[in-house]
Amino acid sequence: MSIIFNILIDGISYGMILFMIAVGLSVTMGLMKVINLAHGGFALLGGAFTHWLTVQAELSFLPAVAIAILGVVIIAILMEFSLFRRIYEFGELEQVLATIGIAFLIIASVNYWLGSTLLAIKFPEYLSGSINLGFRTLPVHRVFVILIGIVVVVALYILIERTRFGVNLRAAVDNRDMAASLGIDTARIYAITFGLGAGLAAFGGILGAELLPIEAYYPLRYMVLFLIVVAVGGMGSILGSFLAAISLGILDTAARYLMPDFSTIIFFSAMMLIFIIRPHGLLGKS
Amino acid sequence: MKKTIRTIGLALTLTAGLTGGAVADTIKVGVIAPFSGPFAIWGKQFQEAIKVYVAQHGNKAGEHTVEFIYKDSGGPKPDVAKSLAQELLIKDRVDYLAGFTFTPNALAVAPLINKAKKPAIIFNAATSMITTKSDYFARTGFTLWQVSVPMANWAWDQGIKTVVTAVSDYAPGRDAQNAFKVAFEKKGGKVIDAMQMALSTADFAPFMQQIKDKSPDAVFGFLPVGPPTFAFVKAYNENGLKDAGIKFLGTGETDETGLQALGDGAIGLTTAYHYSATHDSALNKEFTAKVSEMFPGSVTNLASVGAYDGTHLIYKMIEAAGADGAKAMEIAKGLAWESPRGPVSIDVTTRHITQNVYIRRVEKNDAGVLINKEFETVEAVPDLGLAK
Repeated sequence: MSIIFNILIDGISYGMILFMIAVGLSVTMGLMKVINLAHGGFALLGGAFTHWLTVQAELSFLPAVAIAILGVVIIAILMEFSLFRRIYEFGELEQVLATIGIAFLIIASVNYWLGSTLLAIKFPEYLSGSINLGFRTLPVHRVFVILIGIVVVVALYILIERTRFGVNLRAAVDNRDMAASLGIDTARIYAITFGLGAGLAAFGGILGAELLPIEAYYPLRYMVLFLIVVAVGGMGSILGSFLAAISLGILDTAARYLMPDFSTIIFFSAMMLIFIIRPHGLLGKS
Repeated sequence: MKKTIRTIGLALTLTAGLTGGAVADTIKVGVIAPFSGPFAIWGKQFQEAIKVYVAQHGNKAGEHTVEFIYKDSGGPKPDVAKSLAQELLIKDRVDYLAGFTFTPNALAVAPLINKAKKPAIIFNAATSMITTKSDYFARTGFTLWQVSVPMANWAWDQGIKTVVTAVSDYAPGRDAQNAFKVAFEKKGGKVIDAMQMALSTADFAPFMQQIKDKSPDAVFGFLPVGPPTFAFVKAYNENGLKDAGIKFLGTGETDETGLQALGDGAIGLTTAYHYSATHDSALNKEFTAKVSEMFPGSVTNLASVGAYDGTHLIYKMIEAAGADGAKAMEIAKGLAWESPRGPVSIDVTTRHITQNVYIRRVEKNDAGVLINKEFETVEAVPDLGLAK
């Protein structure tokens, strides 16, 4: 019995971390339909800034996170104006090449600035340690990520489905010219959404750093993981990414408990199975 | 007449110049290591140690001038390492090769050095059998057997009777696991479970939970330095294994270049290894001081000391044998010296370095920096991996 609880608890907390690191990509690639392989780059920048602010500048955690995310959003919006605006128009392959190039640029910059070793983030006292659940312990940090994850998925759902901005965004993505002719400032909407995606990437990078530590090669090391979550969830569906992350987290954890030697095979076989049954992902629209 | 004298004079000068050239020549050493990509730290540590050695001892080995040429192999890429070695031997005409972080890269150059009869000094690549593939290999790093066996013996002496081993599923991980298991069971200990974890594992909580449920006296782990070790140590602490009294035993997990990133959770981790940056000797203090003087912000680790001793070995070989590879290998065999890690020597048959292995614990020093504090010494340990 306890093994089922263990699988659920570890699976959900791992899944929530997967969701947090992929949700930014779900916004830029899923909603805006840009194949954004630079996503991990923004996560890396967020983590690197937080590392620098908490370890080198000895700032406390919360202000450091706020400054780091703000910094990434500003950089992302500047890049949107100068680079991504052109990339939207590209074909799929060109988007892949252009955005992976940007990821390499970010990797090289961080490598030059802080080196290629691990960039630890100093988490505050109240997020370290573990809570006793009676039959086992759970790290406080993971409880925190689970709560934040729920807040983020609800907030994004409301933003996209229930606000004026969300309606405009969906209209702009579906038919940009039509939306523009109806008086929607599509350029502004794209810039804001892109900034939001990058900000979420940074936030996810920081929160996930206890599990997927920040280092210069972060964007490449975990690229497949981000893409899996968004693809399995279905393009354009935040809720789909959420479901995908949680179920992949539980599946991976179950495999590690029950058949550790086959865990990687099970993970990827399940992914293939999902794509055979639902080529557009769990909640994707064809 | 005048012209003749001048000609003779010129001829004499030329001859002198030529013979002088044959003695006071330049011998080139080609260093193959990763200088870019995720493993660039290895190349950086090697290069800094070599430069420190040259700064301390000059660029002359006996009457020969020594020159280093650096080539970037990227990651574990045997094909790249091989073509770089070829280029160094044929185009740059090097007489020695050095470096090598990864086993496949070292193995790839074995046929080349056999044919060219040029020595290759391995600073790191740690699989025991590499040195059997060519008589021109010598190694100044360590092997997993060399450090895992002392760890197992020490654990048994501490009254640890049961252990779960958990290693990354790749050759060095399995090597460490086998070494530990063989040595520990020989003593009478029991390895309850031997787990192999996929290299891509990000979340170690499930493994930790299972280890905890088996309640062994200790867990022996081996993972590559970097993200896997970081997440493994975090999971060890967060899942309450430490509080449950399950000791952590390891080898290179607390490497100096990644140690501070592990944070206070690393305090108390016990490892067996051949080098700590805080090894208490005058020579090591001199070495680490020179490194931080020449390269502010750099720390020394296993890669630094492997390269430093490797450079020393190459200097001794060049001094006695010049460019004669076969003779140089004879010089290397049995050579003993004092290294920043303690007394070392090159084994005559395996051509691997015999060295002390230290049992260390992670502690925080007065400056608030995490260090590997050595508290016990196992003297003069040979490779152990080939005699298994």
